[in-house]
Amino acid sequence: MDWYPLLNSLRIAAISTIVVYLLGVWLANVVAHSPRIVKGVLDVVLTLPLVLPPTVVGYLLLRVLGPKRIIGLWFLQTFGIKLTMTWYSAIFATVVVSFPLMYRTARGAFEAFDETLADAGRTLGKSNLWVFWRVKMPCCRQGIIAGAVLAFARALGEYGATAMIAGYTPGVTATVSTTVYQLWRTGDDAGAFQWVLVNLAISAVVLLAMNFFEQRSRTQRRGA
Amino acid sequence: MALSVDIEKSLGDFSLDVSFASDSPAETLALLGPSGCGKSMTLKCIAGLLRPDRGRIVLNDRVLFDSQAGVNLAPQRRRVGYLFQQYALFPHMSVEQNVVCGATGATSADRSERAAAQIRAMHLEGLERRRPSELSGGQQQRCAMARILAGSPELLLLDEPFSALDGYLRWQLELELTDVLKTFPGGTVYVSHNRDEVYRMCDTVCVLSHGRSDPRVSVHELFERPSSLAAALISGCKNISAATTIGEGLLDCSDWGVTLRTSLPVGEGVTHVGVRAHYFSVGGEENVIPCSVDRVIDSTFSSIVMARTPGGALLRYELPKEEWAALGEPARVTLSVDPSCVMPLSDGDAR
Repeated sequence: MDWYPLLNSLRIAAISTIVVYLLGVWLANVVAHSPRIVKGVLDVVLTLPLVLPPTVVGYLLLRVLGPKRIIGLWFLQTFGIKLTMTWYSAIFATVVVSFPLMYRTARGAFEAFDETLADAGRTLGKSNLWVFWRVKMPCCRQGIIAGAVLAFARALGEYGATAMIAGYTPGVTATVSTTVYQLWRTGDDAGAFQWVLVNLAISAVVLLAMNFFEQRSRTQRRGA
Repeated sequence: MALSVDIEKSLGDFSLDVSFASDSPAETLALLGPSGCGKSMTLKCIAGLLRPDRGRIVLNDRVLFDSQAGVNLAPQRRRVGYLFQQYALFPHMSVEQNVVCGATGATSADRSERAAAQIRAMHLEGLERRRPSELSGGQQQRCAMARILAGSPELLLLDEPFSALDGYLRWQLELELTDVLKTFPGGTVYVSHNRDEVYRMCDTVCVLSHGRSDPRVSVHELFERPSSLAAALISGCKNISAATTIGEGLLDCSDWGVTLRTSLPVGEGVTHVGVRAHYFSVGGEENVIPCSVDRVIDSTFSSIVMARTPGGALLRYELPKEEWAALGEPARVTLSVDPSCVMPLSDGDAR
């Protein structure tokens, strides 16, 4: 069995989760502190990919990243890099699709955060950056970890937008989910089933990991 | 001059306009007022957590905020210790880590040493590894004080330090905090809505109502001679009537239907008169108010007589139970009040 689709899926999901974690935490913090109207607008825009069909996301991504479109063309001419139909193309799709999961859980955690803790840190002479990383993030850890795990799981299972922007090239852009579809379409039912089992196993591990983290932070909160 | 505050800020419908100054460096000044009067907002402005629209805040000759000069020091640079209502201890850190967060010092060894000294001073030895959630309310407050004092601030801001506690524990903590304040070299601003606490713990007091501040007075003055309606109410004066000046020291109390003489100075703009519930006596020659007894309420250690005045309003007269029993529980009673206990009040809100 060729394990390339699994490795490709894992690296895509890992990179995408790191990007989504940073973007999601940053934007969640910005939105949580925004005035009401700005908050309403930003929230809709940032959550939209959650409700859009992945094919619509794929279409929109092709509209800007395609080799003849603004960003795609610029990258091709400046760096000689193609943004579509390569292994890393799927990262664009997974980032957009999994972003709302990270963003929404992080925002919920930030909104539940007791701001007097931040005020206390600042009156004690600690910098705003220190307060954010040493007080706010640890206090919101549970929600942020949950968001990151969900985003990772979603990225791992992304199919629609990935199929449109990266396609299916064996050994190049193949991921677990596109492989399942490709094998089933070409009549290799046994091969497709193997990858289905792999997918089930990964999903179960991810959910177990999430429950484990949740439990651990709950017992930590109760005290050592 | 230790601390001087003169600020204005509006936030939605609420507008804050307070001004007060303490003159001795170690003064404990109370901001006394009902909830929603702007006490906490004032503290936040002093600490730099809220920015006033206009005004000036000076602490020991350091300008913390000056809207005209464009000065607005960050909270980190104000050297002001803020004790929050719920203490705001970092829940994910141990007692020791919390206190180290507040400690100043060039090296981390210095900071640990300072933190350890404060942990000892606040009797928290043996609890260093505990999380805030594993501490009692009193220990949490001591931990928060240790964290603040480890940074040797120039000013303490205490926001209703006992609101989270009740009864006996509250009294214990009050005694402890009194000791802390005695040894603290800097000034303190103490926010509370509890007049007894303020009387016991503070030197001077500034009454706040609807975002406006009365002039600062000594606590004794507030309780013996409140000059504004808000001050009389917050200091626990139960009997208040609308009043107009009709002669030298003579006040016509319309709600009570009597004219009372006062020996206290009657300023311009007196709109009300107040008499404390303990200051009446039965019989007497001067300032007589003939009343019918509306009802008598049996309270913990006293009898509260609600007496109907000629003007129709009720007076509240409190006296020891035995004394009321000795009077034979009459249906009519003639109350009198010494002219030194008739307090002329001005309505501060009408300024």
